[in-house]
Formats: sequence, C-alpha cells, structure tokens
Amino acid sequence: MSLAVSPHYTRTAIALHWIAALLIVGNLGFGLYVAGLHLSPAKLRYLPWHKWIGVTVLLLSALRLLWRLGHAPPPLPATMGATQMRLARLSHALLYVLFFAAPLTGWLFGSASGIQTVYLGLVPLPDLIPKDKAVAVVLRAAHKWINYSLAALIAVHVAAALKHHFHDRDDVLRRMLSPSRGPAT
Amino acid sequence: MKAFAALALAAALAVPAAHAQQKVIADKSFIRFALTQMGISVEGRFRKFDAAVAFDPAKPEATRGEFSVDLASIDLGTPESETEAKRKPWLDVQGFPQAKFTSASVKALGGGRFEARGPLTIKGNTHDIVAPFTVAESNGVRIVDGQFLLKRLQYKVGEGEWADTDTVADDITVHFRFALPLK
Repeated sequence: MSLAVSPHYTRTAIALHWIAALLIVGNLGFGLYVAGLHLSPAKLRYLPWHKWIGVTVLLLSALRLLWRLGHAPPPLPATMGATQMRLARLSHALLYVLFFAAPLTGWLFGSASGIQTVYLGLVPLPDLIPKDKAVAVVLRAAHKWINYSLAALIAVHVAAALKHHFHDRDDVLRRMLSPSRGPAT
Repeated sequence: MKAFAALALAAALAVPAAHAQQKVIADKSFIRFALTQMGISVEGRFRKFDAAVAFDPAKPEATRGEFSVDLASIDLGTPESETEAKRKPWLDVQGFPQAKFTSASVKALGGGRFEARGPLTIKGNTHDIVAPFTVAESNGVRIVDGQFLLKRLQYKVGEGEWADTDTVADDITVHFRFALPLK
C-alpha cells in the first residue's frame, strides 16, 4: 500500500466541498435576512429552515472531516513559500473550526431561547442547555460574530483561490473543480 | 319591588361567611402556558398575578375565587418575543393590563379532583372556561393544581397576520398552581 499523497481531490471531496459551499454561503445570507426581519409569522416560518440548513452544514462538516482523515488533500504547489503554506493550513483549520462553531452556537442559542430544533420537522434534537434569557442574549451575539468571521474568512478563501488561478497560474482552483485536473502523476 | 330587594339583601346576608378569602402564596404558585409555534411547543409564564380564594374541599359549591394576571409580566424565551407579545396584536397590555377570571362554580369530581367554571376575560373578551384541578395538602399549605385549554383567537390574542394558526396554533395550554394557606 502506497502512502503517497494523491495529487487529486476525490470526487467525494469535491462534491462535499461544493455542496457545503452552497449551503454555507446560502445560509449566511439567509440567516442575515431572517435575523433582520421583525418578529412575524414569516420569520417563524423561515427560522426552522435556517436551523435545518445549519444542522445539515454541521453533519456535512463532520463527514468532510472524516473523509479528509482517510483521504489526505493533495499537497500545496511547491511554488508556494513556507509562510504562505502555513497561512493556507491555518486558514483551512480555522474554516473548519467555524464550520462547527457557527451551527453549534445557533443550536445553543435556540436551546437557551426555549425553541427546540426539530430537524426537517421530523427529528427533534435535544436542547443542549436549559432555557435562560441572559445566556440567550450572549449566544445570539456569539452566533452573529462567529458567522461574520466565517463570512470574512470565506471571502479570503475565495480571493486566495482566484489569486492562485489568475496570478500564480497554478492548479489550486482547478483541482477543486475536477478530479482529473492537477499536476500529472 | 321593594320587598324583592329586601329579600335579596336578606338572602345575601344569610350566606354564611364559612371561610374568608385567602391570598395565594406567590412564591409557591405559578401560571405557566405552552403554545405551539411551527409545530414546536414553546413555554412561558406570567410572573405577576394575584388571587383571592375561599375554597373548602368539603364545600366546593361555596368556592369564591377572583384571579387577576398582570399581562406585562409575561416571561417568554427571548426579549424579542416578549416585546411582541405585549403589543396590540397579541395581549395589548397598554389597553388591557390584566386578565381576570372569576370562579363562578366549582364541583367535586371525586378523588380529590374538582372542576372550576367561570368567565375568563382577556383583552376585553370574555368567555367561560372549565378548568379541572386537583387539591393536595402538605406542610400547612393547600396546593391547587390544574390546567385548561385556551383558544387564543376567541380572545383576539394574536390578530391580523398572527391569526394564522399554522405558525402559532389556536390552542394554548395553561397550567396553574396556587398555594393557599390552610389557616
């Protein structure tokens, strides 16, 4: 068995990346919109959707992390400097931390508000903490700032991918678009 | 006519003051409620209420009870929902600060179970409710515990866009517990 790292992402890794990207970016925008609505029947109808997408992101992120443990991502291009590589690894680690922190603070916020999450209207999730208004206020702020941080880091992630593609002219972006792309083995 | 009035007065005076009305012990009493929001049960309570009750389990028909709830004392999950609940479409606490219930009749159902009936007024709307309750005694305190179903739309609680029962159901379960001193 070879321990050599494949120069390609697996089809699964690519599919999970783009599904997660769609759900995360979509739910960031949707969450911002719903949070800005005054309390109305529409808001009560939309909130469960926001929660369900968040729970899906949580599950997907766990799945991606497990997949990543079994299938190492392709190495970074050798043209990258040591500092740049460190920053790339750090930003990816931070992205994963936020992928978990964002939905978890949302779940905690819902629990502290006394509004249970019932995933897809079918699966009741346990309340993580008891109902407490003061705690709910803190968690709401935490959820908000963690998601602002996530949005900012995603912007950096996208900018870096575009920089790699258009400026450095390497395969970093292309290999996340197709499993056949990447440097020849 | 005069004779009738005199008779009525005599009858009123003849009602024996079997037991005086008592104030409930606030910290051992509660008024909680559960509403269904998008199919999920959400609980709340009222922090401030007052009640004067004259109740003798041996003579339930002689029960007199006046209950009032300070609606602005509503406690829900979030400040946002509390603010909304106090506004005009919901409880309109400025126009109608209190909800009132008068126990007009109580009958024994047997086995420590009773049933209170009377008018409940919320937001200027009055409807009779029937509230089954149990009575238990411990440590010199009589605990009256019961619940009833409140149809919020009957009282115009949640008007306009909020009248939609798919988002917030019409049925609200009210669970009450009143502790009364035994002496």
